[in-house]
Amino acid sequence: MKVPLSWLKDYVEIDIPLPQLARILTMAGLEVEEVRLVGLPFPSQEQHEFKFTGISWDPQKIIVARIDEVMPHPNADRLVLCRLNDGAEEIIVLTGAPNLYPYKGQGKLENPLKVAYAREGSQIYDGHQPGQVLTTLKRAKIRGIDSFSMVCSEKELGISDEHEGVIILDDDAPEGMPLVDYMGDAVFEISILPNMIRNACMVGIAREIAALTGKPLRKPKRTIQPVHPSIEGLATIKILDTSLNPRFVVGLARNVSPNPSPYQVQRRLRLAGMRPINSIVDSTNYVMLELGEPLHAFDYDVLVQRAGGKAPTIITRTAHPGEKLTTLDGVERSLDDFTVLVCDTAGALSIAGVMGGLESEVTEKTRNVLLEGASWNFINIRQTVASQRLNSEAAYRFARNIHPNLAKEGVQLGLERMVCWSGGEIAEGLVDAYPQPAFDPVISLSEADVQRHLGIKLTARQVADLLERLEFECRIEEDTVHAKTPPHRTDIGEGMIGQADLIEEISRLYGFDNIPASRLAVELPPQRGNPVQEMEDRLRDILVGLGLQEIITYRLTSPEREARLLALEDVPYIYLQNPISADRNVMRRSLLASMLEVMEQNIRLRERLAMFEIGPVFIPQPDQLLPAEPHHLAIAITGKAHPTSWDRSNSARLDFFDLKGIVEALLETLHIKNVRFQPLAHPYYHPGKCAQVLSGENSLGVIGELHPVIKKRYDLGTSPVIAGEFETGVLRAVMPDRHDTRTVSAFPPVLEDIAVIVDEETPAEKVLASIFSGGGKLLIEAQLFDIYRGEQIGPGKKSMAYSLTYQATDRTLTDKEASQIRERIIRRLEQDLGARIRSQ
Amino acid sequence: MTEAQGLLQELQQIQNTALETLKAVQDETGLQAWRSANLGRNAPVMRIFSRLGEVPKEERPLVGQQANQVKQAIETAYNEYETRLHEAALQNSLARDRIDVTLPGRQPYHGRLHPSTQTLRRIYHIFAEMGFQIYLSSDVETDEYNFELLNMPAHHPARDMWDTFHTTREGVLLRTHTSPGQIRVMREYAPDPIRVILPGMCYRYEQISARSEIQFNQVEVLAVGRGITFSEFKGTLIDFARRMYGENVRTRLRPSYFPFTEPSAEMDIECFVCGGKGCNICKGSGWLEIMGCGMVHPVVLQNGGYDPAEFTGFAAGMGPERITILRHRIEDIRHFWANDIRFLEQF
Ligand SMILES: [Zn+2]
Repeated sequence: MKVPLSWLKDYVEIDIPLPQLARILTMAGLEVEEVRLVGLPFPSQEQHEFKFTGISWDPQKIIVARIDEVMPHPNADRLVLCRLNDGAEEIIVLTGAPNLYPYKGQGKLENPLKVAYAREGSQIYDGHQPGQVLTTLKRAKIRGIDSFSMVCSEKELGISDEHEGVIILDDDAPEGMPLVDYMGDAVFEISILPNMIRNACMVGIAREIAALTGKPLRKPKRTIQPVHPSIEGLATIKILDTSLNPRFVVGLARNVSPNPSPYQVQRRLRLAGMRPINSIVDSTNYVMLELGEPLHAFDYDVLVQRAGGKAPTIITRTAHPGEKLTTLDGVERSLDDFTVLVCDTAGALSIAGVMGGLESEVTEKTRNVLLEGASWNFINIRQTVASQRLNSEAAYRFARNIHPNLAKEGVQLGLERMVCWSGGEIAEGLVDAYPQPAFDPVISLSEADVQRHLGIKLTARQVADLLERLEFECRIEEDTVHAKTPPHRTDIGEGMIGQADLIEEISRLYGFDNIPASRLAVELPPQRGNPVQEMEDRLRDILVGLGLQEIITYRLTSPEREARLLALEDVPYIYLQNPISADRNVMRRSLLASMLEVMEQNIRLRERLAMFEIGPVFIPQPDQLLPAEPHHLAIAITGKAHPTSWDRSNSARLDFFDLKGIVEALLETLHIKNVRFQPLAHPYYHPGKCAQVLSGENSLGVIGELHPVIKKRYDLGTSPVIAGEFETGVLRAVMPDRHDTRTVSAFPPVLEDIAVIVDEETPAEKVLASIFSGGGKLLIEAQLFDIYRGEQIGPGKKSMAYSLTYQATDRTLTDKEASQIRERIIRRLEQDLGARIRSQ
Repeated sequence: MTEAQGLLQELQQIQNTALETLKAVQDETGLQAWRSANLGRNAPVMRIFSRLGEVPKEERPLVGQQANQVKQAIETAYNEYETRLHEAALQNSLARDRIDVTLPGRQPYHGRLHPSTQTLRRIYHIFAEMGFQIYLSSDVETDEYNFELLNMPAHHPARDMWDTFHTTREGVLLRTHTSPGQIRVMREYAPDPIRVILPGMCYRYEQISARSEIQFNQVEVLAVGRGITFSEFKGTLIDFARRMYGENVRTRLRPSYFPFTEPSAEMDIECFVCGGKGCNICKGSGWLEIMGCGMVHPVVLQNGGYDPAEFTGFAAGMGPERITILRHRIEDIRHFWANDIRFLEQF
């Protein structure tokens, strides 16, 4: 919300520097996002604690001046010469402002015009350039006339974008006064928290400043006496649903004429971000910004006409099926059955609390105004705003719950402002339908309550003092304060909620800064740890140690994206109702699909890619509201097996056994036992290069070389891509809590090689198993170092060479023992696999 | 001249010749040839020993002694020369093997943790030391846990603070914050006191741009106990900020609004880019917003199964990606899930 300083000063004395004001507001929850200077000097800030923008007006150069005569330019129709008095001397000033043309050639003006005058050397914004570009006024000759100073527009002074004409100040502006003293200002851009709608107005902010600085709040006063005849009998109100419309107040202003509002009113409206229209509309907007109560002005004569010449009846009700209304913005709107309308007997007039209808709006011809102030159900207003996609300053406020008390205050002040600026008179009395009076809770809070929540000791008196600054009515009873909520707030609840609300207000006014910081003194909770997180972090560390890059991908994808990999029919997904785009409309079921997309993007950037991701996939559960979210681990590698350097090259490519090695290392580090790799047919993978990874009978996951058909669906280069996906929960389940170590032998090992000739089909796993089964406990290692196929051993055969390590922990093995082990191994291989031993 | 005198003279000559010829030796081969010529079985000095019989018995010791001395002198000369030669050879070889140490090293392939994980771990670590443990809950949540139980009934104005992804299933959505975990952990642990952090991926219905993402990590902090005060809440967060951003970091706590906390606050730290002077990272304010926080709202405590008359608590939420962006001046938030290797390799 944009808050001009000058406006605040109507209600509270402010004698602190601007940065300090910004600081105390911010530290009270009214965050100042920016201060835009409109004339006032820039503060000297040590620390740039707040962002100050805008323009300062030089008091020596930019001043209030008087135009006594507007004369035609001898050489140009579109320029005029002004005889101007700046309080010190008379000057002829050249200008092209269209709003001075009407005064041209009238001779000496009966009512001289007051203007903002910039002398030579002034720094102002360039009116002819878009945006705000500073420029310095220099002497120039325009069409044969010396020009060195100017009469300014709002744009040139940074008040608004208006550059159609020059500013014409109110008549009482004192010529010769520096303009900054007359109307220099600063606009505070304050972000209003959702529970502080009471502060979305000048009085609200002024109230906070008063509470924070200890100055009194001066509420707006009314001075115009309403006159006879009264409004009684001139309008009736019928509220059909009092829960949707707790209060509806109208008042009447007679014989008004819509004029331009006084310049200072227009300026304030502009600084606050609203466009001045005419004095009637401006008065409703002004009071909304002043008090926070949106008002609505109806042309009373139009209402009478619609009522067939009788006194109108205002009816508030929800819309009929199929009912339509054309709102002020010219849009014909189909209304929902919950939309609340303000109607008369002839039909709908406006969408309650949101926007007026076109027909009954005030116009230049309006003479009598029926002014509405009401209170609406904020939830209902929110629904309408959402459904109609229609927002307005009024709706913004009503959707956050405006206190019904303000309806009456608003109408009274609105009539006052309207008549003040538009002439006419206020009819006595109001028509006030208030079927659901507001309930302002009384909250009881003890000193102990305050201490328990805030950790500071305040007396009941101190608590009451703080709350009274915000207009709570407090009664102290021993150590307890009973505080009645002031009748402009809707954010204070009852009972324990109300207590929390008050605690917040007390801490806010006391100052968060003034509450000392301390460390948790309460008992430490039972220590539970998080085995899932710990295990997954361990996985990450191991995999990074194995040379893999961690990635984190979008958990939102589309079935089409995943179909590149999955290609399965009828897979159920968690679908979004409001996806951001069609290609992110479901929750993923596969990590690998996203990982392949990442590989695709990176494939040309590096000679090798090796990555992993750990995260959930989302599997809808037919009989449950929420999906299962098992955590998966995906790994994929591709490209060169060894780094290239300037003096070595090894063109070997990563293949199945590289990924298998990574998986083996991972499982070994986790001490997962009985790991096996079993050939598997799986749609993602090459049918001959795919394995299920098992620990005993538990399947941990699948790894394999990506099926060439699937690989082709991605732009993945020429190297094979080897990938795998695991469920981390299963890994965790098979991972032992602890493991035993083997004795490290102090005795020398016996090393020897053995070459085993077996059938081509015999899996390596079986050969190894047979070797260990024959070798017994003394065989501690068997490493395959070569596989040979060739004529020497005959067709359909392969020779597998192992280097064997025999070692005992308690003695040095003898040659005899070693040859016995060897014999047992050979016998076992012969028996199990029909193997032959190749002589060395 | 006696036999002995003749031999002594000869010995002197042998020594002179040997030492003289050694000077001409250039390398190891020459040295070995010299050695076998001067110290070998048929070397002149050796032959003297075999001729000792020619000397009268009483003069033999003198000649023998002299012969030994000559032999020793030649051996010493040999050893010294050999050492010198080896030393020279070593120096030669070292000079020959000199490399250009500015040539690039051969880096093994190595992996890294994703930057979000790295930041998350810093957060875990700091809170773990303060006794806060990790509690995880699911990404897909119910409206009840994400909003209602957090004091935001349907149509509550505060719901505007979150742009929500809804699933096609009524009442099921993608969590907009990890706060639903607050209710879940409270319901699981009540009536034990609680100190947890709740990390996890959250979602926001928003157009993806350099400044906003549809998914982001959040870490929420929750402490519930008998008699936890605002003062302790403030102190705990300041302690965290000092560990995370440096022990001298200036912090400020300013009032804010969240439906599930009251009083609510934002914690700001002094901008570490400009030191509080104002820059485009802190948007000229000198402060960076790092955490939304507050005392747990009584309704939330009650919904979690704790009696607000007996228990109080605090909660705070922070964004690891935002923290990472600030620390490393990352200009585009989309880098996090795009996983461009050129970005990831910088962490
Ligand atoms: Zn900064």
